[in-house]
Amino acid sequence: MPEYVENKEIIARHIARFFRTGHVVNLGIGLPTLVGNYVPPDVTVILQSENGLLGLGPAPAPGEEDKDLTNAGAQPVTLLPGGCFFDSATSFGIIRGGHVDFTVLGVLEVDQEGNLANYKIPGKMVPGMGGAMDLVAGSRHVIAATTHFEKSGASKLKRRCTLPLTAMHEVDYVVTDLGFFEVKEGRFVLNEYFDAYDPAWIIEHTDADIVVAPDCHRWEP
Amino acid sequence: MVEKSIIRADEAAAMVRDGAVVHVGGFLGCGSPDMLLAALLASGKSNFTLVCNDTAIYDPKSGRTTGVAPLILGRRFRKVIVSHIGTNPETQRQMHAGELEVELVPQGTLAERIRAAGFGLGGILTPTGVGTEVEQGKQVLEVEGRRFLLELPLPGDVALIKARKADRAGNLVYSKTARNFNPLMATACSLVIAEVEEIVPIGALDPDQIHTPSIFVDYLVLSDGRPEGGSHA
Repeated sequence: MPEYVENKEIIARHIARFFRTGHVVNLGIGLPTLVGNYVPPDVTVILQSENGLLGLGPAPAPGEEDKDLTNAGAQPVTLLPGGCFFDSATSFGIIRGGHVDFTVLGVLEVDQEGNLANYKIPGKMVPGMGGAMDLVAGSRHVIAATTHFEKSGASKLKRRCTLPLTAMHEVDYVVTDLGFFEVKEGRFVLNEYFDAYDPAWIIEHTDADIVVAPDCHRWEP
Repeated sequence: MVEKSIIRADEAAAMVRDGAVVHVGGFLGCGSPDMLLAALLASGKSNFTLVCNDTAIYDPKSGRTTGVAPLILGRRFRKVIVSHIGTNPETQRQMHAGELEVELVPQGTLAERIRAAGFGLGGILTPTGVGTEVEQGKQVLEVEGRRFLLELPLPGDVALIKARKADRAGNLVYSKTARNFNPLMATACSLVIAEVEEIVPIGALDPDQIHTPSIFVDYLVLSDGRPEGGSHA
């Protein structure tokens, strides 16, 4: 039986494979941001940042920061040639209007109905939804990127979210450090599993209905 | 063209009455009118309702603040209407203590509610928030088989905004991601005061490159340390 060790890198590496040249992609704060590091060199995606830019580039060199050029997490960034800036209404027009191909975001809980909770733990932690509700409702494909377990050991994949929802029935894919799941007909379909976590172990340790796809296989970066 | 008055930040703050609904531009402090906010804090007035993307950044360890955070720390707001408070623990503390009312609005909905106020719309229909707590108390309309929330306009008494450059007529040009909510707020408030880094003569801006038309702007305030008509970068 495998010993669970948190592995954010495999999540980021796996998600980076979804993208093709020309895709417009929004990466959330934290783990989703790591995905940008693993996009293959022959694939050119257009990164959108909801604070008002398309064509997000890498972090600037020390001393090259521009106070007027940040990402949605207030970190200094750069703009790639051909990139552009716009106001918040245009930014969310891009998002809500279905012009973003993939949004990748972190979760507190995600359930087998495609519901997602990631903006509030009532009475405890209330950061607010920021742009997440619009991103999840409006993007063409929604990928939840999350470690499989909470610190307590509980699985973040649920039969039914218990926390206030960010959006209902919008999640298409879930990538954890155990495997890659598709949300389909009210269940998680396991398509690929990682490391030593075989389907039986994953099912045993997840509090949700999981179906193993006929062609389910082990994936290595 | 009519020239706009250039005033000092303290004169601008004097125009904001106690209890006003104040729209403040900026995204976690990027593109916020810092000099106007400092003057508003110094004015001693309070009980404002804030409309802003967020309550900016406050780091209790270092004491570092951005944007509207010093006004949160100074307890100048009765209510905040924002999309995000996660980078200001003091907002969350005041909310949990019942000292501050917080209305969380999805960011795209916030932008559109402000735009609706400025653009003469009775509201907007958005799919964002359907099936969540955001739906509570709102009219749900079905259009061609899809459910939408009716979200109402969000006008303000005063907009405090920040731009890179203005001409004397009040036309504004923003810089990079410092644009964010600023041009929307300029349309939605009875009084619009723009803090700018540079003021150039009428005719010096390319009319095709102007982001906010002059008629939306009432007063200009020049940011610290930049002489009028200074660099034309």
